[in-house]
Amino acid sequence: MLRFLLNRITQIIVLLVIVSVIGFFILNLIPGGPLAQYALDPGMTQADIERLKEQLGLNRPLYVQYLDWAWRLVQGDWGQSFRDGTSVLSVIGRHLFATLLLMGSSTVIAVAVGSWVGIRGATHRYSTFDHVATIAAMVALSIPTFWFGLVGIYIFSLQLGWLPAGNMYTVGDESVGDYLLHLIMPSVVLALVHIAIWSRYMRTATLDVINQDFVKTARAKGVSERRILMKHVVGNALLPMITLAGMQLPSLLTGALVTETVFTWPGMGRLFLDSISYGDYPVVMGLLMFSAILVIFGNLIADIAVAIVDPRIRLS
Amino acid sequence: MSESTTRRGFDRRKILAALAVGGGGVIAWNLVGRPDGGSQASTTAMSTADGVDSVVVGLSQEPTVFNPLMVHGEVDDGVLFSLFDPLVRMDPDGLVQPHLAAEVPSLENGGISEDGLRWRVRLRDDVRWHDGRPFTADDVKFTLELITDPDFRAWRTSGHTLVRDIEVVSPTELTWRMEEPFAPYLSFLTETFIVPRHTFENEADPNNAAFNQAPIGTGPFKWGARMAGDHLELVANPDYFGEGPYLDLLIFKYIPDITVLYTQFKSGGIDLVGQVYISPDNYDEARKLPGMVVEPVLASSVESFYLNLARPQFRELAVRQALYAALDREAIIGSLYHGVPQITETFMPQQSFYHNPDLPVQEYNPEKARAILDAAGWRPGSDGIREKNGVRLAFENSTTSGDHLREMVQQYLQQTFREIGAEMTIANLPPAVMWGDFWTQSRFDSVIVGSTYLIGADPDVTNRLHSKSITAQGGSGSNNAQYKNSEVDALLDKAARTFDVEERRKLYFRVQEIVRHDLPLLPIFQYKNVFGRSADIKGFEPNSNTRTESWNAASWYLANGDKQPGGERDPVRTSSRAGPVPRLLSQKKEG
Repeated sequence: MLRFLLNRITQIIVLLVIVSVIGFFILNLIPGGPLAQYALDPGMTQADIERLKEQLGLNRPLYVQYLDWAWRLVQGDWGQSFRDGTSVLSVIGRHLFATLLLMGSSTVIAVAVGSWVGIRGATHRYSTFDHVATIAAMVALSIPTFWFGLVGIYIFSLQLGWLPAGNMYTVGDESVGDYLLHLIMPSVVLALVHIAIWSRYMRTATLDVINQDFVKTARAKGVSERRILMKHVVGNALLPMITLAGMQLPSLLTGALVTETVFTWPGMGRLFLDSISYGDYPVVMGLLMFSAILVIFGNLIADIAVAIVDPRIRLS
Repeated sequence: MSESTTRRGFDRRKILAALAVGGGGVIAWNLVGRPDGGSQASTTAMSTADGVDSVVVGLSQEPTVFNPLMVHGEVDDGVLFSLFDPLVRMDPDGLVQPHLAAEVPSLENGGISEDGLRWRVRLRDDVRWHDGRPFTADDVKFTLELITDPDFRAWRTSGHTLVRDIEVVSPTELTWRMEEPFAPYLSFLTETFIVPRHTFENEADPNNAAFNQAPIGTGPFKWGARMAGDHLELVANPDYFGEGPYLDLLIFKYIPDITVLYTQFKSGGIDLVGQVYISPDNYDEARKLPGMVVEPVLASSVESFYLNLARPQFRELAVRQALYAALDREAIIGSLYHGVPQITETFMPQQSFYHNPDLPVQEYNPEKARAILDAAGWRPGSDGIREKNGVRLAFENSTTSGDHLREMVQQYLQQTFREIGAEMTIANLPPAVMWGDFWTQSRFDSVIVGSTYLIGADPDVTNRLHSKSITAQGGSGSNNAQYKNSEVDALLDKAARTFDVEERRKLYFRVQEIVRHDLPLLPIFQYKNVFGRSADIKGFEPNSNTRTESWNAASWYLANGDKQPGGERDPVRTSSRAGPVPRLLSQKKEG
C-alpha cells in the first residue's frame, strides 16, 4: 500500500509539472494579453501600457515568468489575480461555493434518478420503460445543455413566470427557499445529461450482475426478490459506479461553463471563461492546477475506495 | 413585464419554493421568506414594505477594481463614481463644475496662472470620508503623488506626470506647479478620484492595500458587500455633502451574456441596463415594453472605418476619398443599426462645445468613387480589382469577432467596395488579440473601431492624431492610423497650451477641417447607447462626458420611494437631456 502510494505520488508530481508547463506556454501564446483591454481607453498611452507590463512582470522572458510562478506555487503562493487584485486562492474560493451548490444538487438528482432508471431498465429489460429510457438518454446526450437551458427559461420564466430566469438568489432575499427556487432549473438542466450517462452505466452494471451465479443461489435459497435486488444486485452493480463517480468528482468542483453562463450562475466555469478573456493568467493557471489536482485525486480516491469495498482487488 | 406582473410572478415562485422545501404550504412558509417583508425586496426598483429603496444595475462585465487610481476598465467607473468624488466634475453639457473643490480653477479666479504653470485649488470644508474622518488638502496631495509613484499600478498618468511641488497651504487649499502648460489637465481631474491618505498610512504596498477591497470614499454611497462573480452592493451615505442619495441600496449585478442581460431586464430581474446597454437590434422591441423607459442617448465614441496610412493602398488621398464615397452610411445606420446611431463627419462628439458643425457632408456615390479612382490612375486588373504601380487595391479589414452588427457592416462594405474595384477581406480577431499589439503596433490594414477621442470632455486629441503619438514609429500614443500632418501637429501643440476656451475652439475647428479632408479615418457614425430602465426610477440623467450611466446615482430616486428630492413626492423633475437636473451641491438631502 505504501509503495503504491509513493508510486502514485511521484506520477502525480510529474503529471502536474507537465500540465502546468503546457498550460502556461499555451496561455502565453495567445496574443494580446491582460493589458489589451486598456488599449482603447481614452488618454491611455503606450508608455502607460509599458509601465504596467513592467510592474506586472510581463516583460520578462517566458521561462523566467514560469519558473517564478512555479517556485511561488511550491511555496504555497498561488499568485494574485490581475483583474481582481486579490489572491488566486480567494478568487477560486469565492466561486467554489456556487459551483458546489449547483453541481452538488444536480449530482444528487442525477445519481438518484439515473440509478433508478438504470436499475429498472435492467430488471425490466426490453420493456416499454426500458425503450423509452434508452431513447430519452440518447436525446439528452445529443442535445446541448444550453438549448435545454434557453427553452427552460423561455417556458418557465418568460411565459409561465414560475421560476427565475437565472441568478443564484435574488439580491436582498437570500433565504433558503430563494436559493432552492433559483436552483431548480439549472440543476435539473445540468442533471439531464448526467442522468443519461448515469442510467446507461447503471443499466449495464446491473445487467452484468443480475445473471451471476450468486444471484441465482440467493433466489434458490428463497430470498425475496426485493432483498436480492437491494442487497445482492445493486450492491455489486455499484462497484464500477465508484470509478465513474471518481471521474466525475472534478467536474463537481470545476463547474459547468455553459449552464453557468445561461443561468448567470457565479461559479467556477464562468470564472475560467472570464479569466481567459481578460488574460488573467494567474487565475487561469490556478484553475488549471486546481482541476488537474482534482482529476488526479478523484481517480486516486476512486481506486482506493474500490479496493476497500471490493476485497478481490489489491493495490500493488 | 410590468412591476405588478413581476410581483404576482414572484408570489407564485414563493409558493413553488415552499413546496420545494417541505411539500407543505403553510409550515414551510416561514422557512422561505423573511418575516419582515424581505420577500418583496427582490422585486427591484421598489420601495419595499421594510422601506428599502433599491435599484439593480445590470452590467455585462464585472466591476473588479475598487481602488479608483489603479488601472481599471470602463465598467468599474459606475461603481467608482458612486463611492468617490473628483475635485471637479464634467456635467452633461460638457462644462466643468466644482465638486470636492469649492471652485473650478481658472484664469479668471486666479486658480490657474496666466502662463498656465501655477495651479491653486480651494476645497470644500464640509466633506467627510465614509469612516468619519475629515477630507483635507493632504488627501489630494497624497492622491496626486500616489498616481505617479513608480511602483504603483496606476491607471493613465498623462498630465499627472507634469505636476511638481504640491504644497498644502491649509486644510482647504493647495497649490502645485506644472512642468509645462497643459490645458486638458482640468479634464483629467474630472476622472481623478481622491482617496483617503489615512487608509494607506500603514500599508507597505498600495497595490495590495486592504483599502482596495473595502474602499473608503467621500461619495454618496458606501461600500456594502461584494459577491464575486455575481454582484456588488453599495449602501447610502447619509452624510454625503452633495445632493442625495435618495436610494438606500445601489446594486451592480454582473450578467455576462448580453442576451441574458436583456432577458432579465424584461423579466424584471434588473432595473437599469448598464454597459453594454441594449443592443440596437433589440431597440424596436424594448421601446414598447410597458413600464420601461428605453431611449437612445448620444455617446462620445465614434465608429469609423480606420485605415493604416502606412499601407501603400491607403497612402493616396484619392483612395481614401473613393472608399468614403462608397460608404453607404445611411444604409448602415438605417438598416443594420435600426436608425439608432447618429451620422457624423468628425471624431468630435456632437454634444461637445468643440464640435465643428460646418464640415462638408459626404454622400454615398459609387459613381463618384469610381471616377476618383479612374482619375488617380487606379486601373481595374483582369479580376476587376484596381491596381496602380503594382499595388492592388486589396486589403484586410478586422474587428472584434462576435460583434454580429459589425460583421454585417463588413459584409455589406465588402460588396460595395467590390463594386468600385476594391477587394476587402474580412479577418476578425478576438478582443484580447485585436486590441493587443495588432492594434497598438499598427499591424492591421484597416479596422472598424468605435473610439472615444476625448478625455472627459476635453477636445485634446494629441494622443490620437499627433505624429508624435505613432507607437509603430517609436512614438507614444494611440495614433495607430500613423497619420501625419504638420499643421495638425502645430495646432494640437498650440491648443494644449491655450486656456481660453473660445481660442481653443477655433483651433480644434481647424483640426477637424483638416482631418475631414485628409480622411485618416472614415467616420461611419457617432454611437448612441440604448439606455433602458424601469419607469419607476426618477432623477436619472445620462452624461456622455463620462464613461458610465451611473455617474450620478446620488440623484436617483424611486417614484414611490421614501426619500425624494426636496422631501416631496412626484416632483416635476424628470430625466431628459433637454432639462438637466440642476446641481444643488450646497443643498442637503431632504432640505
